[in-house]
Amino acid sequence: MQTSSRISINDREYEFSPGETVLEVARRNNIFIPTICKLEGASPTGACRMCVVEVEGARSLLSSCWAPAEQGMAVHTESSRVVESRKTTLELLLSSGDHKCLLCPATGECTLQDLAYLYQVPGEKFAQREVPYRMEAVNPFILRDFSKCILCGRCVQACQDIQVNNAISHGYRGIDSKIVAAGDRPLKDSDCVFCGECLQACPTGAIVSRDARFRPRSWQTTAVRTTCPYCGVGCQMDLHVKDNQVQRITGAKDSAPNYGRLCVKGRFGFDFIHSTQRLTAPLIKEKGEFREAGWEEALDLVAANLGRLKDKHGPDSLAVLSSARSTNEENYLVQKFTRAGLGTNNIDHCARLCHSSTVAGLGSSFGSGAMTNTICDIENSDVILVTGSNTTESHPVIATYIKQAVKFHGAKLLVVDPRGIQLTQFASRWLRQNPGTDAAWINGLIHVIIQEGLYDQEFVQSRTAGFEELQNAVQDYTPEKVEQITGIPQAEIIDTARMYAGANAASIFYAMGITQHTCGTDNVKALANLAMLCGNIGIQGGGVNPLRGQNNVQGACDMGSLPNVYTGYQKVSDETARIKMARTWGVNDLPATPGLTSTQMFSPAGESIRGMYIIGENPVMSDADSNHVKKALKGLDFLVVQDIFHTDTTAYADVVLPACCFAEKEGSFTNTERRVQRVRKAVEPPGESLTDAEIVCALSRRMGYCMDYKSSEQVLQEIAEVTPSYAGIDYPDMERQGIHWPCTQPGEKGTEILHCTEFACGLGNFQPTGYQPPAEQRDEEYPLWLTTGRLLYQYHTSTMTGRIKGLNTLAPECVAEISPEDAESFGLTDGELTRIYTRRGSINSRIKISPRAVSGTIFLPFHYPLAAANILTNSATDPESGIPEFKACAVNLEKLE
Amino acid sequence: MQRYFRPENKDIRENMWQEVDGIVRVYRNKSGGITQVLREAQDVVGYLPVELIDYLAAGMNIPKSEAFGIASFYSLFSLKPKGRHIIRICTGTACYIKGVKEILNRLEQVYELKDGETDSQGRFSLESVRCLGACGLAPVMVVDGRTYGSITPERVMNILEEHP
Repeated sequence: MQTSSRISINDREYEFSPGETVLEVARRNNIFIPTICKLEGASPTGACRMCVVEVEGARSLLSSCWAPAEQGMAVHTESSRVVESRKTTLELLLSSGDHKCLLCPATGECTLQDLAYLYQVPGEKFAQREVPYRMEAVNPFILRDFSKCILCGRCVQACQDIQVNNAISHGYRGIDSKIVAAGDRPLKDSDCVFCGECLQACPTGAIVSRDARFRPRSWQTTAVRTTCPYCGVGCQMDLHVKDNQVQRITGAKDSAPNYGRLCVKGRFGFDFIHSTQRLTAPLIKEKGEFREAGWEEALDLVAANLGRLKDKHGPDSLAVLSSARSTNEENYLVQKFTRAGLGTNNIDHCARLCHSSTVAGLGSSFGSGAMTNTICDIENSDVILVTGSNTTESHPVIATYIKQAVKFHGAKLLVVDPRGIQLTQFASRWLRQNPGTDAAWINGLIHVIIQEGLYDQEFVQSRTAGFEELQNAVQDYTPEKVEQITGIPQAEIIDTARMYAGANAASIFYAMGITQHTCGTDNVKALANLAMLCGNIGIQGGGVNPLRGQNNVQGACDMGSLPNVYTGYQKVSDETARIKMARTWGVNDLPATPGLTSTQMFSPAGESIRGMYIIGENPVMSDADSNHVKKALKGLDFLVVQDIFHTDTTAYADVVLPACCFAEKEGSFTNTERRVQRVRKAVEPPGESLTDAEIVCALSRRMGYCMDYKSSEQVLQEIAEVTPSYAGIDYPDMERQGIHWPCTQPGEKGTEILHCTEFACGLGNFQPTGYQPPAEQRDEEYPLWLTTGRLLYQYHTSTMTGRIKGLNTLAPECVAEISPEDAESFGLTDGELTRIYTRRGSINSRIKISPRAVSGTIFLPFHYPLAAANILTNSATDPESGIPEFKACAVNLEKLE
Repeated sequence: MQRYFRPENKDIRENMWQEVDGIVRVYRNKSGGITQVLREAQDVVGYLPVELIDYLAAGMNIPKSEAFGIASFYSLFSLKPKGRHIIRICTGTACYIKGVKEILNRLEQVYELKDGETDSQGRFSLESVRCLGACGLAPVMVVDGRTYGSITPERVMNILEEHP
């Protein structure tokens, strides 16, 4: 082997490593070679011929994006032959359509325009081709102007190789070539999910956002780097701002976790920021009507009422719901105010409804209840087990990594899900379990793995405790028995067990399908058992990875917006922690008993609660059994709700306080992979609205507990001071890219993979679990299962997405998914309006007969206030974590006359 | 399950769907099998309606866009219904010089048949081709696989009238 490999570029020598292309060597050394079709992250296609270079001794010019660097190669990047070739290529491209720039929204960021200018190509050499295809503008987000398409194929690669949505491809041939969706239909009638990756990849104005025309162009706006406010992936993005308006959003190409990728909500779902429906002034309810009020009056009223209730009924008569949408800093302040100011541990947030069972389950198995590995680490997995997660809709950007791992890295995907979710198309195995039987199939896999001796004995011996108990507990879970319970054929159980155990590195991804059961914590523990058994913890490409649903639900948990812990999961019952917090917070003592969970607050246990402060949450829509929640809210003496919009919950408030959204404040969010990332202010808030931090500090001052901070940075400094896992995290280190906690020392890089040499709790705990059926069973009266979940185009209770016209065009109303067999037996036809009812209430919804639905089960999205699925759901909870059983209850439906 | 999700298309009858399903079963796990599946399904149905391409793609578990890309790329595939008789007329240099243009004009006048299209009765489909390798017989026409040389507009009319 050669010790050094060198090529000469423009008469200077450069080293290269084997496999590098000429273009890569040039770019690494800051030598300019123009490219059009080369897309970062995808393999080169050599389609555009712009990157040609002259190689001495070679007969023709070579595409540098393709050509591997070779020892002794002499390359010229701007020889007259090269320049002539590029000029001709540009002339041809310019004649390929209608490339007039004056009215083109891409002006200023168009590669074709830039190169024509650079090489002084007027585009007059050849006659302009008549483009036979008309502009497509029949969807809410993406405009396709085929007269500006140069068929470079970047959009196809963006769609197929980066996002792996496979919605578009090259169609027809020769002069008729066109980028097409299936059937050459408009995007809205195709598999397109409007992620907009094609738009970001398009080097000309052929794909632009629908409203790009006559909006400010790239040089007129200022980019503000921030974190997406939707799901827990935490995509980094740039808000392009002009005149205090967010004009558009682009994915940050240079930053993890998304490297430029976004989904439809992240890229196009920002109109809510400037919605005229935003709350702009505090509102006080008088005689059943809200009237606008000043901050002084409103806050005085809130402080007086909370103070009165506290004095009269004690601090535990008050409860606070903090928000997984707010920043870490704000969550820290809210729980500090609750504990030190109000004097109660009655604080919780919506993590109770999504991953409290994860925090409890993984916490006791591993010592830490968060994703063990990172998003980008997915590419190192040989086998990926996805269960109870409709990843392409709920965490679209994480799904791109899973699909890429299957398509490009040869990973095997195992999907265990009753619904025929999109990921099943990429799966090597798809197991369809009966709803609520997860512990059974997981134990079935463990049974087979132990029986066949496929487990990692060394890992089990050296890193874990409780193997024998596990062995005993799964003894009964033979494939035959598991087939009876779950409906999964035993051969598939055995086969899947072998695949999982046989992998060098196998990762597990799960979400609400596992957690939202009365046995949610046990389900999580069972997955943890499976991963530990095969030594898949603490290694690259392994792990147990709960996908968290909200932008900052991880952070809100980390910050102690939970009834039993302070920041970093330091227990309120631990005296040392309590003394440390009391000292930092300047109070004599803090309550030592854990407070009520959010589900308890709305249950009989919460009857002692007289006053509530709800920040950025909408329990009327999001909690199980809405009617029950409404009754509890009505029964309060005083309710204050703080939000950016009116919600179904603000209707019950005595005072409504207008808050700022993510684009209007500084701070940080912690994403699902424990990465703490910056949130930056891009625009001024509307009207009188203030940040959650400003409001809670002002309220706290009025109630006699002073919280005074100059900036969110100062708050984070305090968080770092009292939280070992955040001790090394500060704004300067986060400037370019977020940091994974634990990061225990300033200047440290953070921890990407947890439990590498030792579990957070020392030895990993095998915690045997057994199958336990859902709390409510199907019967004659309610013969179907109901499961609830998310759609791609809406988000949570649709407070934000409900205000975005385009998203509502794509997913306008609640549609229940039903199998053809069930539709037939109920005598229903596709699109029919039905009444869906459970023991708790009823809603009206259209049905869709879908191949995704499994017979015996209907699926409802929970986003729509007019057909609120949670009117139907069961509020029975998991005893350990308090999570309600959103994923299984008994339901019936009938045709609506 | 499948019967619920077969797309509606008037040209595809129940027995055709069964044949199509059989074809998919044969090639399902063969990589690159889609081209064969498209060809054989076209033989069954006569052409490739987009609904059928979608259905085949789903059956083969490949992206629908990719299947359409392939179906629209190869001239072997037709996305439109074909006539009962396929006319191929050579428009290569020799045939052109020998007056094939007049024949094409006549077809348009008499049957309203344009290149690449099918007449409204579904009787004829016309495809111009480049050189059938029989330039000595120019102009040349192939009807349903049978070759006719030295054709004139009148002769063409006579031949076609034998194809009801």
